[in-house]
Amino acid sequence: MKHESVETNAGLLIILTLAVISVGGLVEIVPLFYIDDTIEEVDGVRPYTPLEQRGRDIFVREGCYTCHSQMVRPFRDEMLRYGHYSLAAESMYDHPFQWGSKRTGPDLARVGGKYSNEWQVQHLIDPQSLVPESIMPGYPWLATTPLDYSDVAARMRALKRVGVPYSITEEEYEANVEKFGEEHARMFDINNAEEMLIEQAQAENFDGDSSFISEMDAMVAYLQVLGTMVDFSEYDDGHFAEFR
Amino acid sequence: MSTQDNRDKNQGDKNQVETTGHVWDENLQEYNNPLPRWWLWGFYATVVFALVYWLIYPAWPIGDTFTKGFATITYEVDGEERTTHWNTRALLARDMQTGEYAVRQREMLEQVAAQDYETILADADSMSFVNAYAQGSFGTWCAACHQVGGAGVIGQYPNLRNDHWKWGGTVDQIEQTIREGRLGYMPGYRNTLSSDQLNEVAAYVLALNDYDVDADMADAGERIFTGMEGGCFQCHGEEGQGLASQGAPNLTNNLWGLIDVPGAESDSERLRLVSNFIRDGIQREMPGFADRLSDDEIKMLTAYVHSLGGGQ
Repeated sequence: MKHESVETNAGLLIILTLAVISVGGLVEIVPLFYIDDTIEEVDGVRPYTPLEQRGRDIFVREGCYTCHSQMVRPFRDEMLRYGHYSLAAESMYDHPFQWGSKRTGPDLARVGGKYSNEWQVQHLIDPQSLVPESIMPGYPWLATTPLDYSDVAARMRALKRVGVPYSITEEEYEANVEKFGEEHARMFDINNAEEMLIEQAQAENFDGDSSFISEMDAMVAYLQVLGTMVDFSEYDDGHFAEFR
Repeated sequence: MSTQDNRDKNQGDKNQVETTGHVWDENLQEYNNPLPRWWLWGFYATVVFALVYWLIYPAWPIGDTFTKGFATITYEVDGEERTTHWNTRALLARDMQTGEYAVRQREMLEQVAAQDYETILADADSMSFVNAYAQGSFGTWCAACHQVGGAGVIGQYPNLRNDHWKWGGTVDQIEQTIREGRLGYMPGYRNTLSSDQLNEVAAYVLALNDYDVDADMADAGERIFTGMEGGCFQCHGEEGQGLASQGAPNLTNNLWGLIDVPGAESDSERLRLVSNFIRDGIQREMPGFADRLSDDEIKMLTAYVHSLGGGQ
């Protein structure tokens, strides 16, 4: 192709430019889908329950990711502060992932179980009442707003389409029982999504108010499961290094 | 240099520099200036750097795997040496074992682990390590409630900087608190005592702390406090001195963690605060950390909390 024909044809120039600059992205991203070790072999990672998933939606809605990352990097200081570094496997069911790139607040990848439900509720309502030097805004409406779970099944169907193993058919359900155990498989059944959400919210009553299911219930349910799925005591220091 | 000179210079260059041969709009041409040498050699150097890098570090994807590079990292797993290709996770594993700070920290940890509390608290070297280390652990695990520095929140979380202890302030008691957690409970007396009686008990408790109250009320309150009607003495003791095994605080030292008595604006306000507290009771829980922290970390946190100001 003659130099001149490219330089004098704007449309062609745009197409060829896009082709050239996409090479950089393609060679870095596409192979990750084919490399066996991208997602580590590890037990315990499961999809979110309907309640946790709704909490996650609220996390995204409120823009928590603009200040909180969910990615503990493999550095000594981060490991000492937050715990084990994050694995790719731990966000395999996250769509979109919440790794983030901004830490105005602390990383939340291992926040699950670190504080009590009561602490989380009080902290979300009025952060400064517990951490006076905090600059986090309060989210008091979470405690007073009833959770809208009418569309939770549709949300789960959408996630199923991008690869999260929620079940619709009997066969898929059995596969989940096999993989995640019956207790969890029940939670991942789209046909009973609403009942399961209500069941979990009532059983665990995350916000301490059993009169209704609030957005706070969902939010705290989500925060309390973050980073808790993998039992790292089962793996030795070097196990995850083999995958990189 | 004048404009005229510039023009002359450009005119001069035009005759020497090669052009690309492209001509637009009749006489618009492009120079074909060679790249500066330093730039060109810099470019070649980056190419060579990349080739070397590919040989040393993980680089190219091949099918379902990737080139791992020739560099290796050796670290220890369960006493056995393991060597793997270079990657940041292995680097971290090695750093956590043999890094300069990791080694120094381990030496100090071993020193502290071998000492008993009495020795640690008396040993300036150990204490400076404990303070530095436990301050981090405290910030991570304790400060969320007890606040950075341990001053607590009135009405919610106990102050650890004074000598007012609900569950005892000796190292053994503090360690037990951290290890197993505590469940503090005082029943509300709304159904047991009338509001007059509540006020009388409140007056007695205030009198124990040298506040001016109606003497008759305080006397009546004392009878309820030390008798079976209120039964307060069963946990707080005949003298109101508290009972660590029940998490019942001393009521005579004018230190208040749950209601701000010294900050009350009037006598009646003070009485109301105490009376309402007795009416409502309270239940609080501190979680245990035995599953989350190592024995060494609990030991250092204990020494740290003990040294905050109120250790007994």
